[in-house]
Amino acid sequence: MNPGVRAWLDRAWRGLLLGTMTLFVVNVALMIAAVATSSFARRWLGTWFPEGWTTNWYTAAWKEFQLDSVLWVTVEVVFAVVLLALVIGVPAAYTLARRNFLGKRALMLLFLLPLMVPPITYGIPLATVLYKAQLAGTIYGVILANLIPAAPFVILVMTPFIEQIDPNLESAARVFGANTARMFWHVLVPLLAPGILAASLLVLVRTIALFELTFLTAGPDSQTLVVALYYAVFAAGVRAPQSVDAMAMIYMIVTLVWLLIALRFVNPTQLVSRVKEQPLTA
Amino acid sequence: MKHDFQALRLDAVTRRFAGAGGKAFNALQELTLTIKRGEFIALLGPSGCGKSTALNCIAGLLPLSGGSIWLDATRIDTLPPEKRGFGMVFQNYALFPHMSVERNVGFGLRMRGAAGSEIARRVGRALKLVQLIGQEHKLPGQLSGGQQQRVAIARAIVIEPPLILMDEPLSNLDAKLRLETRSEIRRIHRELGRSTVYVTHDQDEALSLADRIVVMKDGVVQQIASPQEVYGEPANLAVARFMGYRNVLDMAIEAQNGDRVTLAAGNIRLIGARKQALVGERASVAIRPEEIALGEGPGGENTIAGHVDNVEYCGRDSLIDVMTPSGTRLHVRAPTHIALGESVHVHVPVERALVYADESA
Amino acid sequence: MTQAHALARAPFDRTLLLVVPAAAFMLLLFIYPFLYGLGLSFEPKEGGALGNYSHFFTTDNLWPTIWTTLRLALPATLINVGLALPIAYKMRIKTRYQRWITTILVVPITLGTVLIAEGALTYFGPKGWLSQTLQLSHIYDGPIRLTHNYWGVLISLVISGFPFAFLLILSYITGIDPVLARAAATLGADPAAQFRHIYLPLLAPGLAMCFCLAFVQAFSVFPSAVLLGSPAGPTRVISIAAYEAAFEQYDYSLASAIAMIMGFVQLLIVAAVLGLRNLFYRGPVVGGKG
Repeated sequence: MNPGVRAWLDRAWRGLLLGTMTLFVVNVALMIAAVATSSFARRWLGTWFPEGWTTNWYTAAWKEFQLDSVLWVTVEVVFAVVLLALVIGVPAAYTLARRNFLGKRALMLLFLLPLMVPPITYGIPLATVLYKAQLAGTIYGVILANLIPAAPFVILVMTPFIEQIDPNLESAARVFGANTARMFWHVLVPLLAPGILAASLLVLVRTIALFELTFLTAGPDSQTLVVALYYAVFAAGVRAPQSVDAMAMIYMIVTLVWLLIALRFVNPTQLVSRVKEQPLTA
Repeated sequence: MKHDFQALRLDAVTRRFAGAGGKAFNALQELTLTIKRGEFIALLGPSGCGKSTALNCIAGLLPLSGGSIWLDATRIDTLPPEKRGFGMVFQNYALFPHMSVERNVGFGLRMRGAAGSEIARRVGRALKLVQLIGQEHKLPGQLSGGQQQRVAIARAIVIEPPLILMDEPLSNLDAKLRLETRSEIRRIHRELGRSTVYVTHDQDEALSLADRIVVMKDGVVQQIASPQEVYGEPANLAVARFMGYRNVLDMAIEAQNGDRVTLAAGNIRLIGARKQALVGERASVAIRPEEIALGEGPGGENTIAGHVDNVEYCGRDSLIDVMTPSGTRLHVRAPTHIALGESVHVHVPVERALVYADESA
Repeated sequence: MTQAHALARAPFDRTLLLVVPAAAFMLLLFIYPFLYGLGLSFEPKEGGALGNYSHFFTTDNLWPTIWTTLRLALPATLINVGLALPIAYKMRIKTRYQRWITTILVVPITLGTVLIAEGALTYFGPKGWLSQTLQLSHIYDGPIRLTHNYWGVLISLVISGFPFAFLLILSYITGIDPVLARAAATLGADPAAQFRHIYLPLLAPGLAMCFCLAFVQAFSVFPSAVLLGSPAGPTRVISIAAYEAAFEQYDYSLASAIAMIMGFVQLLIVAAVLGLRNLFYRGPVVGGKG
């Protein structure tokens, strides 16, 4: 190919990519800005900017949607899910990273499946089971339901992380006389701390945003923010859209704060589960 | 892409990197070198000396910060790597893990649009040259380290490049395989008659393979010379240290007579051969352990007395430390019957006591 | 049978116990409800064991939901993966901006489906900033309908799905040893050939995985289909049908059947993609022995 034509094609391609990226980012930013503007608008009907500004919608939304109790439920659910997911997931990840045993592939599949199946698919039967166990509609039911994707997620994030820690360190600790518990506490936990931190922040962000499972299992007193927001939008028309927008802003800020904290500690590429392929050749 | 050339000329090739705190440092400073057709050049130096930077600059994987590279009368440092047509063997081989041995080796030919029958013929010949017949359909992951290494070599030579670049190709092999592959590389180089630039930190490899050695340190060329010269007449103290002159003594200059220098330190008096212009009153003497002889020299000149302080048994001989009364330690190759604590005399030949300018000067 | 003998004699490895809580949890709360739902789906309120399934495939507002969902989920996934691949490929080289750009592209993950729906209603709506700008600049003068229809839902699926696909592909691409591309370059491969012969085949397993995970997200579309689409018509997706059966008609048996059909279609797509993937190489993505 003629070098001039190639350089031109190269530039065009780069421009196209940059343009697409800009288009995406600009529109998303404007979309958020529209919600933000509306949440501070006194009245905004089909003009460029609203007629006046107010913060009343935030106080209104806070009262109307009982946000204090919703936020408290959200905090309870999210932290319980993170803690339990770590307690269940980290030991399992350790075993999967360090041992080879019969049925390991089946077990990996069992942990991968909840991430590969739409939440509604298992959410509806799960809700039915939880109703029978009289757990649906309670905060415990919501926590259990949210753990289903959270625990496997911890396992999938932590397994490669543990694999890259040199097993000789554990052997060394044992040679110098540490028993399993002391080895775990003095050697493994400090080494795993960054991974555990990353995994918990990621589970936290994902749990705040997870809609379907909470929606299917929550009762009126066990709604998290995202479900309360859905009901608020769903029942729009009854309420001023601005108060829904105010609530959406509160939701976004809550998630964004945690995401930004997470990004300080985690490489963005780790934000989604890095599903590690088992290499066919050793 | 040319398939042959008379000379590859590096003219003041310089490469800067952004260092800590945003300060730029020269990883490679003004390397000037002409590589003749068929020549085997080794770039030798400790890690971080700039030898790999130099290789990557020749390959086109790193843009230059200054200088130019010429293939006969064509300037090539502005060309991307795929237009230079050099073959390269990478340190970790960089074999394509998803391609069979055959497809790995044929990759360069496919990129050149060669016909299928032509590719098969040349890949077969290259695999025969590196003795990998029968492994054509295996994936790199199924090969041993030595086999992977040979695939990497076959992949580089099959395109019949005018120049083959090798980046520490033996560093991942065990000692025995390293020796075997070393002879293999030399044999292939002789058979093909192409030029080779070979990066290594191992002086044995450089000495045994190269026609000429470029010794580097901190991005700066220290010496460009034949293996014999680099081994016997290092240009400066840094090269001497790197080439196995383990005894480096800092001494006072007593007299200079032509290139003969008389030096003293404590109760040691040595006459050495000057290799560098000397300034000030002190100088450094570099001596190889194997060039120090046990026993007194003629007339007692250049003889040092001491006792054996340490013995390392090496099979054919021993490496001993001789401690002089004034506390200077000398490493000496000695017969195996020498025992710890024995009193000995050692003799340093005048020609083999190389005198360099004092390091601190 | 020396092997069995050795196994029997080997002391039990207590480390294996660590995996038990997680496995038990998944069996109890994932596999058991799933099987329970499967059983329940064969016990319809009326009719034989297959009553729910025959009902689903003969009722006019049920069986087309499969196509409605696929018509949304497949294009959305293709757009997301198709956009994410070249952008992530461009971002693979570490520069000062890489971290910033990835962060900016990640932010929409925090928005959540509901906020995207709400924002899209405001911004993409007939009186939103977008249509005002388009009409003011006369790029497009007709009425702009991007909400309460197919396009609204598709837009929301792209906004919520793209960052996810981008991050996943980026993490796969950065896992490929760049020295392989350099080796290809010294052998005469130009940048396009490096992508085609080195990156693309090595990326194929990761792309398949990414496609599956992105497809799960799009396939289970629910809030945006209700809020941003027209849930009675062109965006009546299968999860809406399942939800209505469960929580409006209180027919858990039918709801379970719909959930099972949904899972089955999903797994069919995943199996097809993973099957395609196996045509490519899968294995380590670094050259030689490290």
